[in-house]
Amino acid sequence: MTAAIRRESVQDLEQFRIEARQWLQDNCPESQRQPITPEEQFYGGRNARFPSEDARLWFERMRDRGWICPEWPAEYGGGGLSPQHAKIIKEEMKAIRARTPLYSIGIWMLGPALLEFGSEEQKQQHIPAIINAEVRWCQGYSEPGAGSDLASLQCRAEDQGDHFLVNGSKIWTTGADKSDWIFCLVRTNPDVKKQEGISFLLIDMADPGVSTTPIELISGESEFCQTFFDNVKVPKENLVGGLNQGWSVAKALLVHERKLMSELGSDSPREVLAPNAAAREYLEMVDGKVADAQLRMDLVDYDMEMHAIGLTHFRTFEEKIAGERSAAPLVMKYVGTEAEKTKSELLLAILGSQGLGWEGEGFSTAELDTLRLWAMSKAMTIAGGSSEVQLNVIAKNVLQLPQS
Amino acid sequence: MALVLNEEQRFLQQSAREFLGDNAPVASLRALRDSRDPLGYSSQLWQQMAELGWASIILPEEYGGLDFGFTGLGLVMEEAGRTLTASPLFASAVVGASALLLGGSETHKQNLLSQVAAGELTLALALEESPHHRPTRIATSATADGDGFLLNGCKTFVVDGHSADQLLVVARSSGDSNGADGLSLFLVPRDAAGVSIQRTIMADSRNAANITLEQVRVSAEDLVGELDHGWQVLEPVLDRGRIALSAEMLGIALETFDRTVEYLKEREQFGVLIGSFQALQHRAAHMQTQLELSRSVVLQALSAVDDTPEQVPLMASLAKARLNQLVKLVTNEAVQMHGGIGVTDDLEIGFFLKRARVAMQIFGDTGFHKDRYATLCGY
Ligand SMILES: Cc1cc2nc3c(=O)[nH]c(=O)nc-3n(C[C@H](O)[C@H](O)[C@H](O)COP(=O)(O)OP(=O)(O)OC[C@H]3O[C@@H](n4cnc5c(N)ncnc54)[C@H](O)[C@@H]3O)c2cc1C
Ligand SMILES: Cc1cc2nc3c(=O)[nH]c(=O)nc-3n(C[C@H](O)[C@H](O)[C@H](O)COP(=O)(O)OP(=O)(O)OC[C@H]3O[C@@H](n4cnc5c(N)ncnc54)[C@H](O)[C@@H]3O)c2cc1C
Repeated sequence: MTAAIRRESVQDLEQFRIEARQWLQDNCPESQRQPITPEEQFYGGRNARFPSEDARLWFERMRDRGWICPEWPAEYGGGGLSPQHAKIIKEEMKAIRARTPLYSIGIWMLGPALLEFGSEEQKQQHIPAIINAEVRWCQGYSEPGAGSDLASLQCRAEDQGDHFLVNGSKIWTTGADKSDWIFCLVRTNPDVKKQEGISFLLIDMADPGVSTTPIELISGESEFCQTFFDNVKVPKENLVGGLNQGWSVAKALLVHERKLMSELGSDSPREVLAPNAAAREYLEMVDGKVADAQLRMDLVDYDMEMHAIGLTHFRTFEEKIAGERSAAPLVMKYVGTEAEKTKSELLLAILGSQGLGWEGEGFSTAELDTLRLWAMSKAMTIAGGSSEVQLNVIAKNVLQLPQS
Repeated sequence: MALVLNEEQRFLQQSAREFLGDNAPVASLRALRDSRDPLGYSSQLWQQMAELGWASIILPEEYGGLDFGFTGLGLVMEEAGRTLTASPLFASAVVGASALLLGGSETHKQNLLSQVAAGELTLALALEESPHHRPTRIATSATADGDGFLLNGCKTFVVDGHSADQLLVVARSSGDSNGADGLSLFLVPRDAAGVSIQRTIMADSRNAANITLEQVRVSAEDLVGELDHGWQVLEPVLDRGRIALSAEMLGIALETFDRTVEYLKEREQFGVLIGSFQALQHRAAHMQTQLELSRSVVLQALSAVDDTPEQVPLMASLAKARLNQLVKLVTNEAVQMHGGIGVTDDLEIGFFLKRARVAMQIFGDTGFHKDRYATLCGY
């Protein structure tokens, strides 16, 4: 799927870094180097508008350069670069605090799965549209009765000769009301072991019979929806990976989802406050030390954890380049999202009553965001496979403990 | 790449594992303990280890060393953690050798380092004066006396103190009783007049001693590093020691954990293997996550010694604090998950439990290193 993994010469990489740095310096507008607010995130799609002229410029330059998805094959609009090159772009973007030009479930989840399992026609139809921000995708996995036990899903697709007829509902579909297409797990055979009767379907949400209802969250946002399918006709060519083969696609995609979630802590899109910076601003300092001994220790625990997590991300990357396998990637979702929750609790504690403002006067945007992010952080250890499910996976696949 | 091993390093680790597994398993430590061995380690084993080059891994070739890098030494420490091998590896080949390398005069290096490399000379750092690691709170005095100095004071928890040939004594030559300025390091032969050594029997059955210095005469040539500026040598030496100990603790945690997971797959209760109980599975899986993070930290800390010295203080405190916490968690869980036999002396898990507690205290407990890490981060 991605460009072949090669051992790149250090010299080539250094040269590339210099060029990338220069290009970013010349092409990333000043306004796109500021912390981003949720409203300013560009997700693309049929009805999307750029939050600003600079955001448009920045996206288009990155797209034309092939750096929206640097590792994807050039024939579908990707950059055709190695993981090392992609990492350099990421690092150099981070160094100037460049915003992510395009937020996209298509990039994070669907694209890698399509590149691995999709037909040539599917790749040509969907991959460039993802990179060019023409189509916004959402994920239709969970159902009211199928959460952690995803394979027990009931939303069904009946074979009607030239198309599938889809009926049922999905829940917790992030961004469904703003999306153009949805990738869905559907039941195509109810009479076999549950994992063996599942297929992976791409569904155009403009098709008759698809509807969504937003759900309000404890953060006050309504990021996700329940999505209903009422006699929706889906063309046969939208099946990915073969009839009843959907579970393999689903699992491969989950790997990407978990990797993404494990990295949220290290490059959170809307990070406004870092705990140690906030500490200096909000807490009493005596002789250069945080005076509150408990908070100081909480802070150091968090910083050490993030330091260790960062090094472990780095190790998994090096292992990938070296063609080695270890258990490290399997633990990252758990440690990353647990740390994200810890961080939010820590920030709330550091901000004191200034961290408790829900809206309006008396609080800065950063303070208000801190509380909303704190509420959102609770979802991180549930979505994409809960912490308990992650521990089950480690117990089974890494430690190979007996299953009851 | 710092976080994956190269082929030579992998080979070194593999051969260390085989050698120690064959020649110095935990049973050897038990035998040393039960026979109340006067030396506390096998000198024959130490000779073999030296022949394998382990006493000289970090030393430059000009002093008879292998110049293989600190990561190599860390890998041997990790394996020695798995077998709980008692030897002068830490006190001599890590701490002593580093001190001479970083602070020793050319004469020290020429005369002593090659002996350390050959395993013929053993060293011990006489630092602590209280039950907690306080490396700048030094009351032991070095007062000028003619062209030399007189040392007076009491040292405690001196690792290998009763077996080492020479002591590296940290003394105050000027300044307040608590401060990095005014410290000096001296080499003192164990049999020098005025040195009295009392062996202490510790929980881990490894070597330690209390040492009293009474009017001990040393000459200016015995000074390691500059007078009053011993901290410039001592701090990096301590950091290397902390990082090497972290590697040993990683080995302790890995071995204890492996044995426990094996037990979960053997022991039946309620008609099933106890490893099928989710209450135990989740705790084991959580430990696995902590082991993965700790491995990255240790590898980075080891390579920092050779490649990025400016990172060493922060990495040393990160590694020591995290590995302290890790071995505490893993050894406690190991005992618990073994049930009744977990608290028996027959089972070797108890040896890991006890060594872990001693290693946690050497060169700084968890609180010490969290405080230092926070201070280095500017809060
Ligand atoms: C912010 C957010 C965004 C999401 N976005 C999407 C999306 O876009 N598309 C989509 O399809 N889904 C999405 N989800 C759904 C998510 O995948 C599910 O919430 C998740 O799989 C958990 O399922 P559940 O909510 O039904 O909880 P349940 O599975 O009912 O879990 C309840 C509790 O039981 C525990 N539990 C369950 N099984 C076990 C077990 N075997 N062992 C031990 N403990 C167990 C869980 O850990 C949890 O604590 C999102 C969720 C959140 C929070
Ligand atoms: C100091 C001491 C004194 C004792 N004195 C006596 C005495 O005088 N008389 C006497 O008869 N006995 C005595 N015992 C034995 C004691 O009652 C048993 O050790 C205890 O019942 C545990 O059994 P076990 O050792 O076989 O461990 P196991 O039952 O094998 O347990 C091993 C591990 O598995 C866990 N485990 C087991 N089942 C489950 C489960 N269903 N779910 C989750 N986890 C599980 C345990 O918590 C433990 O961590 C003594 C034990 C000790 C340590």
